[in-house]
Amino acid sequence: MISIALLGVLALVAIAPIAIAMSGSPNATGFVYGSCLIVTLILFLIALEILFAHPAASTVVLPLGLPWLGAHFRIDPLAAFFLVVVNLGGAAASLFALGYGRHEETPQRVLPFFPVYLAAMNLVVLADDAFTFLVSWEFMSLTSWALVIAYHRVHDNIRAGYVYLLMASFGTLTLLLAFGLLAGSDGGYAFDAIRNSHPAAGTAALVLILVLIGAGSKAGLVPLHAWLPLAHPAAPSHVSALMSGVMTKVAVYGFIRIAFDLIGQPQWWWSLVVLGVGGVTAVMGVLYALMQRDLKRVLAYSTIENIGLIFASLGLALAFKAYGMNVAAALALTAALLHVFNHSLFKSLLFFGAGSVLSATGTRDMEQLGGLIHKMPQTAFVFLVGCTAIAALPPLNGFVSEWLTFQAILLSPQLPSWGLKLMVPAVGALLALSAALAAACFVRAFGITFLGRSRSPEAAAAQETDTNSLAAMYALAGACLIAGILPGFFIDALAPVVQQLAGGRMPVQLGGEWMSQWTSIVPIAESRSSYNGLLVFAFMFIAGMVTAFAIHRLASDKIRRGPAWGCGYPDASVATQYSASSFAQPIRRVFGSLVFGAREIGTMPPPGSIAPARLTVRLRDLIWDFTYAPIASAVGVIADRLNYLQFLTIRSYLSLVFGALVILLTVLATWP
Amino acid sequence: MAVITDFALQGAQMLLVLLMAPLLTGFVRKVKARLLSRQGPPLLQPYRDLIRLLRKDVVLANNASWLFRVIPYVVFAATWVAASLIPTFRSGLLFSWTADLIAIIAVLGSARFFLALAGMDAGTSFGGIGSSREVMIASLAEPAMLMIVFVIALIAGSTQLSTMAAFMNSADVGLRVSLGLALIALIIVAVAENARIPVDNPATHLELTMVHEAMVLEYSGRHLALIELAASLKLLLYVSLIACLFAPWGISPAIAAPTLLLIGAAAYAGKIAALGFLLAVFETSIAKMRAFRVPEFLGAALMLALLATLLRFVSRSF
Repeated sequence: MISIALLGVLALVAIAPIAIAMSGSPNATGFVYGSCLIVTLILFLIALEILFAHPAASTVVLPLGLPWLGAHFRIDPLAAFFLVVVNLGGAAASLFALGYGRHEETPQRVLPFFPVYLAAMNLVVLADDAFTFLVSWEFMSLTSWALVIAYHRVHDNIRAGYVYLLMASFGTLTLLLAFGLLAGSDGGYAFDAIRNSHPAAGTAALVLILVLIGAGSKAGLVPLHAWLPLAHPAAPSHVSALMSGVMTKVAVYGFIRIAFDLIGQPQWWWSLVVLGVGGVTAVMGVLYALMQRDLKRVLAYSTIENIGLIFASLGLALAFKAYGMNVAAALALTAALLHVFNHSLFKSLLFFGAGSVLSATGTRDMEQLGGLIHKMPQTAFVFLVGCTAIAALPPLNGFVSEWLTFQAILLSPQLPSWGLKLMVPAVGALLALSAALAAACFVRAFGITFLGRSRSPEAAAAQETDTNSLAAMYALAGACLIAGILPGFFIDALAPVVQQLAGGRMPVQLGGEWMSQWTSIVPIAESRSSYNGLLVFAFMFIAGMVTAFAIHRLASDKIRRGPAWGCGYPDASVATQYSASSFAQPIRRVFGSLVFGAREIGTMPPPGSIAPARLTVRLRDLIWDFTYAPIASAVGVIADRLNYLQFLTIRSYLSLVFGALVILLTVLATWP
Repeated sequence: MAVITDFALQGAQMLLVLLMAPLLTGFVRKVKARLLSRQGPPLLQPYRDLIRLLRKDVVLANNASWLFRVIPYVVFAATWVAASLIPTFRSGLLFSWTADLIAIIAVLGSARFFLALAGMDAGTSFGGIGSSREVMIASLAEPAMLMIVFVIALIAGSTQLSTMAAFMNSADVGLRVSLGLALIALIIVAVAENARIPVDNPATHLELTMVHEAMVLEYSGRHLALIELAASLKLLLYVSLIACLFAPWGISPAIAAPTLLLIGAAAYAGKIAALGFLLAVFETSIAKMRAFRVPEFLGAALMLALLATLLRFVSRSF
């Protein structure tokens, strides 16, 4: 199995040179995305097969990489699950790009990197030693960086690429240090050796912090998220979908692999850190998302929110695991993994929708859009499904993972530690707040973009997107619905993964009595809590249908059209509609002054003057201003000071080298 | 046989909430009018309004989309399903395990999500103001509601409403600080969620302060009837929820004689009338607040509920 998977990865890599050779040919787009679609589908099926049929791990060692180490690869249930996520997202993106990619102006800047990027993400998940993992990780960063700057003529994109490259290198550096600490002085870099080495408590804690920084910066944890909303929207939309929907999940994989698998038994206070960071990330991410007017940036910030939710669940799982509460840990971990899967579905779907809007109207600025539901009814429909799912509304899938998280929180009073007793309810409140704000955010995103009247001639002239793109979006929307109404199936599929990591599993969901248990999910016991997505969906559907039928038959089914009522004030200009900024104004007023230092300055002209009144809104990114900006300016100042080192004589350089050597030898000699 | 009875009881519950909802709305209106020394509309006026609206043609704004026409049915269906899952006269109904309290709140959230979208569909400034304020209110009311659910779930050891009601009816509950805080928070949330004074005024029009009414301004005919009915159902839902959690006396258990069912029904009617009366008194004795005072009001609910949850986490006896 694993050799077939590696062959698939090799095939993906092999597509790249063919893409370069074909550059300029009109068939290149179809070939690259078509073959990516086939290969990722095969990899997806292999991963499914392993997850369901062969939970035992299989390994292979190839004579590549470091001579004394080789390249270890391994598929266990955890890797298989993430392979499913990566390749499902990859297949959907390839299918979407079969249509979307034809609008590309410079396909040769995207086509060679796309398959390699997919291959790199697969390799990170397959890697079974630190060296292979880090090389694949860096490979993933570099290929995605190349895709981020594909439209390099837009100035902002170059800056986005620069920030991304810096943060990616920083993240890899911390991961490198983490693996260095894990491997110990004898350098056992294979994951098997690390797993058996049991680091000391202090080392393990340091490793956890380093991994949280390294994987967290890739995933977008606050305050390491700064690159994400710049880089994800800058890439072509199918790549944005992969970066947001899939690559952040690969980062989550990195965290889970190290924190739950390699590092051994966790300590309870680790979970405090992870929980706190997760909760804050969730709320900050969605608040930022609410303030944006660029549709793709809204989606990128919402990714940060969802990553926060995932990390909060992971934190809970760590807490339960630290105290040996395996069933509760399994519940929290299932919630996190299910959200990983769900988010990869609906975030890809939403980015595809945003891409379709972008190619139909030429803009991502929501203030220029509006009324697209009339021009692009199908895109609007699938985008609405995605919005409902990500807003955690039943009966779609986003709600299921959120519900499981809340059920896990309700188990946490049994935790003995006082710190956790205070932290968990606070994080619960933060997650509840972020869920409610996410609903507001996606009412805004959908309402401003697709509803109302067109705010620009481009939006008024938009046309429905092509069939390939629609097929990809419909497939994902269908998956969102299925995962929402039959969650028991997915929870059972996650059981081997959870068993491996948490040492326990949730009760079997499928296979009970039909109706009362078959489609319900029951985390602990039925008297305690249960949720049946299928029945909620069926009830709502039947109730709505029966009502519609009865009313149309028995009462009235006539429709007249007229101008909008609007309390009798005719709104001739489309500018009188609520805009993205005005929609967010109440929330900006409630949360903004604290989080963004928001200021609204209104200037009224003096009486008699015909000058317009002005309202200026100032938002500050406090995280950028207080962390990144000082670091950047400090680096600048230090660079200026050290500048004179460039103009020394040869003697000074030699004496510097000598001095450095002496210091290093002294350190080495006195090292304990 | 048992299955048929179960189905009949579940169906009875669905019909009961549907039929009682306008009555409760009419009752609250009547009491409010009498408190203001007015005659007030007859109790059955909401039914007449609904029938009148159902018979009228729908007038759609020129650029209203298909979504605008679907949303009344979605909102109504979601609210109706949520309302029929709250135990009223009998707990442990056939489909009670379909959704626990968290899921019921989320189903209501779906209804609100779509209603807010409907407000933005016609592209008028009134619809936008309604939607944007509605989501602002929801962004505080929903977390507060979830924290309230947490408190009661931690006390009762379950998020399943039937289990919760049974526990609250047992002797194990006692007087608890956290429950008191949760009750106050729940009342605040219920007032805000149902667009009652002091958060919103259900009787207002042509005012920049209205929220719910501004959002549904473009609806007419049968669509408006469904939305009005959904609003009544939501009021009944919250009143039933308060009754079920904080006054669970008389709710008949899952296996019970018909007399107990009758007692349950009578107790339910009494509780709803009492709570409706209190709501009317509350509404007449307080003025509507400015839109930007609402966050403070709801923030208080959120803080109370969070405090109650913390108390529960800290000690089992609070």
